[in-house]
Amino acid sequence: MGTPAPARSRAISLEVNGEAVEYEVPARRLLVHFIRDDLGLTGTHVGCDTGNCGACTVHVDGVSVKSCMLLAVQADGTRIATVEGLAADGELTALQRSFNEHHALQCGYCTPGMLMSATALLEQNPHPNEDEVRVALQGNICRCTGYVNIVEAVVAVGEGTS
Amino acid sequence: MSTTTTTTPTVTEQQSTPTLEKGYIGQSIPRREDKRLVQGLGTFFDDMRRHGMGYVHFVRSPYGHAKIVSIDVSKALELDGVYGTITGDEVAIHTEPFFEMSVEPGANIKDYALAVGRVRHTGEPVAAVCAATRELARDAADLVEVEYDPLPVLVDAEESLKDETVLHDDAGSNVVWSGVFDWGDIDQALADADHVVKIERLHFHRFSSTPLECAGALVEYDKGTAEWTLHCNHQMPGVGAIWMAPALRTGIDKLRFVTQDIGGGFGNKICLHPQYVVLCLLARKLGRPVQWTEWRTDQHTANAHGNERTFLDIEVGVMADGTMTGFKVRALDDCGAFPRYEPLGCIIWAQVTPGLYGWRNIRVDFTQVCTNKSPVSPNRGYSRMQHLWLTERIADIVATELGIDPVEFRKKNYVKTEQMPYETPNGCVYDSGDYAAALDIALDLIDSGSIEDRRKEAAARGKLLGFGIGSTLDSGTNNFGQSTLLNPDLQFSGNNEAASVKLDIFGEVVVTLGTVPQGQGHETTAAQVVADILGCSPEQVNVRRGHDTWFNSHAGFSGTYASQFAFTGLGAVKGAAELVRAEMVQLAAAVLQAPEEAIELADGFARIKDGPEEAALPFMALGAIVNANNAFLPPDFNPTLNHRYVCRPYFGMVDTEKKTGQLTLTYATQIHAAVVEIDPETGVVDVVDYAAVDDCGIRINPQIVEGQVHGATTHALGAALSEEFVYDEEGTLLTSNFYDYHVPHALDMPPLKTGSMESPSPVAPLGAKGMGEGGGGGIHCVCAAIQDALGAAGKAIVYTSCNPPHRVWSMLQDPEATRANVSVVSK
Ligand code: FES
Ligand code: FES
Repeated sequence: MGTPAPARSRAISLEVNGEAVEYEVPARRLLVHFIRDDLGLTGTHVGCDTGNCGACTVHVDGVSVKSCMLLAVQADGTRIATVEGLAADGELTALQRSFNEHHALQCGYCTPGMLMSATALLEQNPHPNEDEVRVALQGNICRCTGYVNIVEAVVAVGEGTS
Repeated sequence: MSTTTTTTPTVTEQQSTPTLEKGYIGQSIPRREDKRLVQGLGTFFDDMRRHGMGYVHFVRSPYGHAKIVSIDVSKALELDGVYGTITGDEVAIHTEPFFEMSVEPGANIKDYALAVGRVRHTGEPVAAVCAATRELARDAADLVEVEYDPLPVLVDAEESLKDETVLHDDAGSNVVWSGVFDWGDIDQALADADHVVKIERLHFHRFSSTPLECAGALVEYDKGTAEWTLHCNHQMPGVGAIWMAPALRTGIDKLRFVTQDIGGGFGNKICLHPQYVVLCLLARKLGRPVQWTEWRTDQHTANAHGNERTFLDIEVGVMADGTMTGFKVRALDDCGAFPRYEPLGCIIWAQVTPGLYGWRNIRVDFTQVCTNKSPVSPNRGYSRMQHLWLTERIADIVATELGIDPVEFRKKNYVKTEQMPYETPNGCVYDSGDYAAALDIALDLIDSGSIEDRRKEAAARGKLLGFGIGSTLDSGTNNFGQSTLLNPDLQFSGNNEAASVKLDIFGEVVVTLGTVPQGQGHETTAAQVVADILGCSPEQVNVRRGHDTWFNSHAGFSGTYASQFAFTGLGAVKGAAELVRAEMVQLAAAVLQAPEEAIELADGFARIKDGPEEAALPFMALGAIVNANNAFLPPDFNPTLNHRYVCRPYFGMVDTEKKTGQLTLTYATQIHAAVVEIDPETGVVDVVDYAAVDDCGIRINPQIVEGQVHGATTHALGAALSEEFVYDEEGTLLTSNFYDYHVPHALDMPPLKTGSMESPSPVAPLGAKGMGEGGGGGIHCVCAAIQDALGAAGKAIVYTSCNPPHRVWSMLQDPEATRANVSVVSK
């Protein structure tokens, strides 16, 4: 008897931004492509093919994760939050407002990933200093802003000045 | 700890001509684009889906240079879910080669959308596959069998010049373009000079801005009308269409370019026409929408690199008092496998021929060659950055070799503010600026008086501290007539940009831009300008996102490039808003039975100045009258409240004999200063203090301007210290992703201090100069600072623009090797 052919797709069920989702996904599909192409949540971006840029950052069970580095099937049974879930009730979060006030984005392509990484930081450390913010964001590349205003925006939220 | 200090120590108001009172203009209004972008609700091209859409993947060459013996797509086509393929042979049948801008030999190069018969760089697309999913398209591309016959590879411009191997048989030479630019009398200047400083070789390296969003498009073909719609991120669709339409044997109007949000461009999204033509052919052939999203590795390998340039046999004439009188140089530019936007880079540098300096005698012998590397494309600071780096390297090398303080040397040689507007030896006009004053601001920010103490303190810790200045000009608003200095037969001159403004039925002000923003905040700044002209708040102004060639709000040179939005983009917005304003005043005067002079537009009303409260019409009333309730208007009065305006800057003609003319209109100034510490054990360079001073005339939105300064500086720091496209001798790119090609991360960035001044442009419609490309200052000042630091360890000469640790370490080990490059002949 030979080895049975590997499954080419699998049913997964998970929670995305508070909603239950059931899906039959190709076994090889990246989580980021599942989020973007299958769920249509296109706020999560793709900026590289080596896991360096962080544009694809989402929260999986409360932890910030690069969704291009996971397969969709690995997210079975998890709780996922994407950028679209931040202002779910229509109100921007303090961090989103701070990004606007501090001009922390230009093209906005890195922004969803930055927001997800910074949101995770602020949940663990509500008053980070500048160095802590830089450490937390080191996995997120921005090619437009030089990070100056991004760092300021995050620090300002912790200081309650935004 | 990083801190940002924004200082505005001096504001010089020179030749002030702005025609508008500052209202919303000049305010750091938070951007309106942000609301959608912070919620992940932006629309980038890859966010769009169409029913039945196919995903495209390119089959790419693994060789730097090879003959294509055969291509077999049959196995790919057998795969379930594969919609179709296309190869170079089909492209050669269905399209024309792209139009070349050079004279011979470059003019004879045949550049098709896919490789035909031969590949000339690693990653060159040889075929494309379209399939139902991204994954399948990739799998199928792997099944395409291509047989290659490798050819000798050229990865060095000087080797290329020998023509022992020729990349393009039709051209018969690797030279794309060559010519001599000779202004003043350099031979006499060198003969009269008290010192002649000679530098054998300097090298400006290959890198690019690598926008975070890669290139791509979703293309639909309408069989009934034979029209293509490209939902894309091309940043210069006007020119893209000029390339694509003749290649596709169709009219310009058959190509509709639509952009929405774009994830950065920096010039790297100007040369997308080859890939887009393939998508157009596939959409037509397969009768379905097709989409292609470039992978990061493909972008690095085969999309857009910045021009690499070697400067040879430099000679600089200097008088005993330290005045530089002129220089000569042989410049050898490497444009990669195909010229594409080139040879424009062979002239664009001439916008800043003397840099910031007063030398009047300059000879540049310029040659551009092809090599087996990725084609180049404009890259932030395009071609001027390379040349300005040369002028700054010259300034520092001359100053150090003659024992003059680089700050004093610069101040002595800078063009003076009293000389503005200043005509350069090649007929360009520096419109305004005060370089010495900007330098003083930078010196203050960096506390230059304390450098010697800091140097000692660092030495005590075993570190080499150095301080350097980088001066740049960000020349904006191109005169496309400069292309005729390369090829007199080209039919390009001037420049233009369009915009339209209308007052709609419910009083909404609607603005449509011809520009193609990629993060520069055009929606916000255009609303500020329109609000000031029409007398309303920016919130009342709806600036449509992106660019759409169907809106008729574009012109032949539409796009966002060459630092010109503040001039042509906002000039067009201003022009259109003023036309609408004039009609609003006329209409209100007619309705309120008052003379036009008595009407003012303010707070969203057209009203009689100092008149009774009821003598006021809300914008809604004006919009409704014209659009829906117009029967009472007299027959000879036909306001539309809907105007398109084309901003056409005036340049005059260039002189193709003398190679002179006004090549660009505005010159923003940047003076950067850096303090670095080098670890002599490892060669690691740490930027410990940094200041960037920008003078771009009137700033429409200072916060946005400062953001551009941060971004451009970051690109420069990355380029100066780590970002480099490195090839091995077989033409394989060794830095093809963000692992190997290290761009600055949040932890890499030094503290950035910014300062500003405002020298309004006397020629720009709003006194505002284009800006955003002046980051080259960062490369110049880091090179200068490294050289200064190495002064205490053998006095190496910094000879290349990229100085990662291994290169600095070798300069520390063998400083003489670099010093052999430089000599001084004194009389
Ligand atoms: S796309 Fe996931 S790290 Fe770049
Ligand atoms: S804002 Fe463009 S990449 Fe960060």
